[in-house]
Amino acid sequence: MANDVCFRTLHLEQPWTLDSYRSVGGYSVWEKILKEKTAPDSIIAELKTSALRGRGGAGFPTGLKWSFMPRNVEGQKYVVCNSDEGEPGTCKDRDILRYNPHQLVEGMAIAGYTMGASKGYNYIRGEFWEPYERFQAAIEEARAAGLLGRNIMGSGIDFDIDVHLGAGAYVCGEETALLESLEGKKGQPRFKPPFPASYGLYGRPTTINNTESLASVPVILQHGGQWFLELGKPNNGGTKLFSVSGHVNKPGNYEVPMGLPFADLLELAGGVWKGHKLKAVIPGGSSTPVLPAEIAMGMTMDYDSISKAGSMLGAGSVIVMDETTCMVGVLARLSHFYFEESCGQCTPCREGTGWLARMVHRIEHGEGRQEDLDLLVQAASQIEGHTICALGDAAAMPVKSFIKHYRDEFQYHIDHKKCMV
Amino acid sequence: MAQANIELLTPASRAEIDTWVAKYPPERKQSAVMAALRIAQDQNAGWLTTELMDAVAAYLGMTPIAVYEVATFYSMYQLEPVGRHKINVCTNISCLLRGSEDVVKHLQQRLGIKLGETTADGRYTLKEVECLGACVNAPVAQIARQYYEQLTPELIDRIIDGLE
Repeated sequence: MANDVCFRTLHLEQPWTLDSYRSVGGYSVWEKILKEKTAPDSIIAELKTSALRGRGGAGFPTGLKWSFMPRNVEGQKYVVCNSDEGEPGTCKDRDILRYNPHQLVEGMAIAGYTMGASKGYNYIRGEFWEPYERFQAAIEEARAAGLLGRNIMGSGIDFDIDVHLGAGAYVCGEETALLESLEGKKGQPRFKPPFPASYGLYGRPTTINNTESLASVPVILQHGGQWFLELGKPNNGGTKLFSVSGHVNKPGNYEVPMGLPFADLLELAGGVWKGHKLKAVIPGGSSTPVLPAEIAMGMTMDYDSISKAGSMLGAGSVIVMDETTCMVGVLARLSHFYFEESCGQCTPCREGTGWLARMVHRIEHGEGRQEDLDLLVQAASQIEGHTICALGDAAAMPVKSFIKHYRDEFQYHIDHKKCMV
Repeated sequence: MAQANIELLTPASRAEIDTWVAKYPPERKQSAVMAALRIAQDQNAGWLTTELMDAVAAYLGMTPIAVYEVATFYSMYQLEPVGRHKINVCTNISCLLRGSEDVVKHLQQRLGIKLGETTADGRYTLKEVECLGACVNAPVAQIARQYYEQLTPELIDRIIDGLE
């Protein structure tokens, strides 16, 4: 077990307090930056060395993203943290907020300094009241300790953070929908370009990072980019939080090195429950393609290996399914989800997710038609790539991968009007 | 259109809304609309009337339609009366794999209502929600601000018995 980065306070009695965070070296990086006025370019270079990639799902290199911010442009710039954790299967950011909120505060402060932003917002999903209170308490503790605010420790540097609470909308996890929501509107994604780095919150340069990405930054700078890189493997630096849910004996959030064999992660989670056999794994959250057991057992938990196996690391949300699982039933539930959460802006997604949900539903309930399977794949392909944001792709990918790997189960439902498992 | 009555928002609600307005640039009061709607909903037994939405619009200097857009877009706002206890049950994939169907069945039997309904005495509303983001402790439900995790029929009974 690692717990070297985002969970480094987890062994302490009250891991969320300032004292606990200080005891593991917390805020030492921030204080050093304030004192030495570390060159922002050297911070970005360190992040690039670390090979930290966006932990929200897209896996974009964090250092590169930060380098896109026009830090010398006059006027207000923003750093926004995305704690709108809603991808089914994902619950890691919740535990960072609950158990190590100060590390996120420090990460946001460093991000603000590096990119010339004096204000940060953390967008926390509205259901997360307890995590919100923990994070808010950390902000207040940090302010009282003189670690946030104006002219921090006489450095001439200003940085402060506020929380914005969501109100129930999966699509707001998409960064431009999140910005719309922060502006007090419906969370409908924006066209890109312009990208947020040039036109973001209130039209100002903005960088949006996932909670786990930002919370990793202080540790990377404390121990060095090379140290972080070597925790994982080349191009897949560091540790990663994996939320292992579903049919395992010990579901949980596990912080382990990138590149850990899937079989080892499964063992950490206590193995498949009830002595059952593994059937399938969704490795990165509901939007990533499902993998049959034999493929999953051969992969390691990192961006490159999972991609080679035909799926994506996504947000590191590993959903484990045993041999008793009806794949038609699971896909029906997922398709219903994307239909519910489509924001309605783009026709292919608004209409297409309804088609997918209705067709999978009727197959599950013994009313499927022979032509439905091809029609499903066709409809999914008509959504994919034809929408402003990735929610359309996210709805299409499970459909295509479930039918690709488990076509016989769908066929059985159509032929026999019941389930084969 | 009738003049919106800001007084419909209690002084306590307005004070609380002000703390959220203060988080954003002065000319960006609209950013506080999501908090304002939540606060207005909380003062009104868990749901939003048109009059309350109009009051929020007037208070934040927004057009009513801009407020309705927000109120109808996000799932945590209720535009119809709800029970005193709104029980939000997650049935998404991780919960489904850990028995959320049994959780729903048990709740429906115990309360005598289906998903989306409210008991005749106005005590309980049962609502299906999408992923609550606590998947490793599935099955999960939320009542008010509290999460209830690793639910079993026995635990559900204890939780319901403990509600006022």
